Amino acid sequence: MSDVSTPTPSSTAVTRADICAVAIAEAFRGDGERLCNPIGNLPLIGGRLAAATFEPHLALTDGFYTLMDPQSPDEVPPIALPEAERVAQRTVAHWNPYREMFGLLWQGKRHVMMGATQIDQYGNQNIAAIGDWTQPRRQLLGFRGAPGNTINHTTSYWVPNHSPRVFVPAVDVVCGIGYDRAHALGPVASRFHEVRRVVSNLAVFDFEALDAEGVPTMRLRSLHPGVTLEEVLEATGCDVVIPDDLGESRGPTEQELAQINRLDPRSLRLNEVPEP
Amino acid sequence: MPGPDKRCTEDEVVAELSSGMTIGIGGWGSRRKPMSLIRAILRSDLNDLTIVSYGGPDVGLLCRSGKVRKVISGFVSLDSIPLEPHYQAARQNGTIQAAEWDEGMLLLGLQAAAWRVPFLPTRAGLGSDVMKNMADLRTVTSPYATVLPGQNDGGEFEELLAVPALELDAALVHQNAADVSGNSVWLGEDPFMDDLFVRAAQRSYVSTERILPTTELAGLGDIAHLKISRMDVTGVIEAPHGAHFTECLPDYSRDEAFQKRYAATAKSDEAWDEFRAEFLDIDEAGYQAKVKELQV
Repeated sequence: MSDVSTPTPSSTAVTRADICAVAIAEAFRGDGERLCNPIGNLPLIGGRLAAATFEPHLALTDGFYTLMDPQSPDEVPPIALPEAERVAQRTVAHWNPYREMFGLLWQGKRHVMMGATQIDQYGNQNIAAIGDWTQPRRQLLGFRGAPGNTINHTTSYWVPNHSPRVFVPAVDVVCGIGYDRAHALGPVASRFHEVRRVVSNLAVFDFEALDAEGVPTMRLRSLHPGVTLEEVLEATGCDVVIPDDLGESRGPTEQELAQINRLDPRSLRLNEVPEP
Repeated sequence: MPGPDKRCTEDEVVAELSSGMTIGIGGWGSRRKPMSLIRAILRSDLNDLTIVSYGGPDVGLLCRSGKVRKVISGFVSLDSIPLEPHYQAARQNGTIQAAEWDEGMLLLGLQAAAWRVPFLPTRAGLGSDVMKNMADLRTVTSPYATVLPGQNDGGEFEELLAVPALELDAALVHQNAADVSGNSVWLGEDPFMDDLFVRAAQRSYVSTERILPTTELAGLGDIAHLKISRMDVTGVIEAPHGAHFTECLPDYSRDEAFQKRYAATAKSDEAWDEFRAEFLDIDEAGYQAKVKELQV
């Protein structure tokens, strides 16, 4: 199944958050046997949805120190469980303390989906600080693992609040490196770099377009149902390539919708992406 | 034969430290931090410290108390509260210097110091603003050619980031159990980098939930949990509940209510002064008694 469909009549049971969950799951399609490592509630729902449906061999983290191999789709644990339940519902397959996570990601069998306080047309991401890093106007998370992640393995981003303050012409601090930075490093140093998707509450983007210098640049991949192109362009402060055959983000199948509801029984996704 | 008896108190540890030192602190975020030792530093006249940490409230408390010249970190977070408010304020007010590294780089810096090599190479950080903002970081060119698959061009001598060794004057870590000479046991599910911190330091201090006979250590978990050797330990401090309010699994989880109370002290000088008077300007026994009162 493709992640882009021609518009279909929308079902009242499907929310924008469900569309986002499916779009996130689609980012992990084709990953096969590697670590699916989404960060945040909707990314977790989407990543686990992929594992419970079309990408069954993904490895999953328990959010802390183990990788888990649920033995059937319905054993892929729901998100945000109370601690005792979280531990009870995980099928531990591998011990993965932080130092082991670094080992795993430096080896490269990982696809992370991180948040982005700012992102630009080349996929440079900022989570560190707003303003001049030396004495920032607003200190944020720091670089965390973003530099090491982006140069070592596939990375995607999740933006729950699509706005010109997030999609900017140039980020204040480059944490996760984008295609222009990778290009400047050259083909050897950047050979493991891939920014695959940016999923927002409005649309899905990829980097399957090239700028004038041949550097991959952000392309609008699909609009979520009910979102107009004008709405997205107004909310996007960086250049983005609009393809001629722009489609709509697909909705969940019946099976996927059932899994989304099972994975997020308290509907936390609606707090992150309320109905428009 | 047993190792020497290295038992001491938090205040005796602080007496062995001096202003201007580089001090590594174990744990991760708001998890298994040697908080009783941090509280002892807060009561002392030490200052001008360089702190190396996967930072949590250890860093925030030291920054707010004017003890810090520079923080070298992979992040500073309270976990359940993503941004450490006092570190955030220190950065925004420019009252400290900061080196914010990629998380993995910090591991390599500690490992380099522990192995007594000047640096370890990595790809992590290349192309990012870690290199731009931390201007003292250098790259190194591989002496071995990297040949990409399918290419016959003799390859390229790759440039990698040379993470400098994080040589520590002292390391402070908290463990679930230890014997009197410093053989230590971490429980829970992650040793964090505590064993690297103690190896990277000239002097290392282990605070612990309980001091046990050496013969009882191996029975607490499997042998993989006996991660710190007495050879790497200078002093052992028995500090039950010493990691409070950070988590120390399986002994106790994070005191979220207390952490919220701590985080709220960033709102005003008055709130901080009140918190400091109530919980920090008293000795460790007094602190633990206060905390116990709160939990009744």
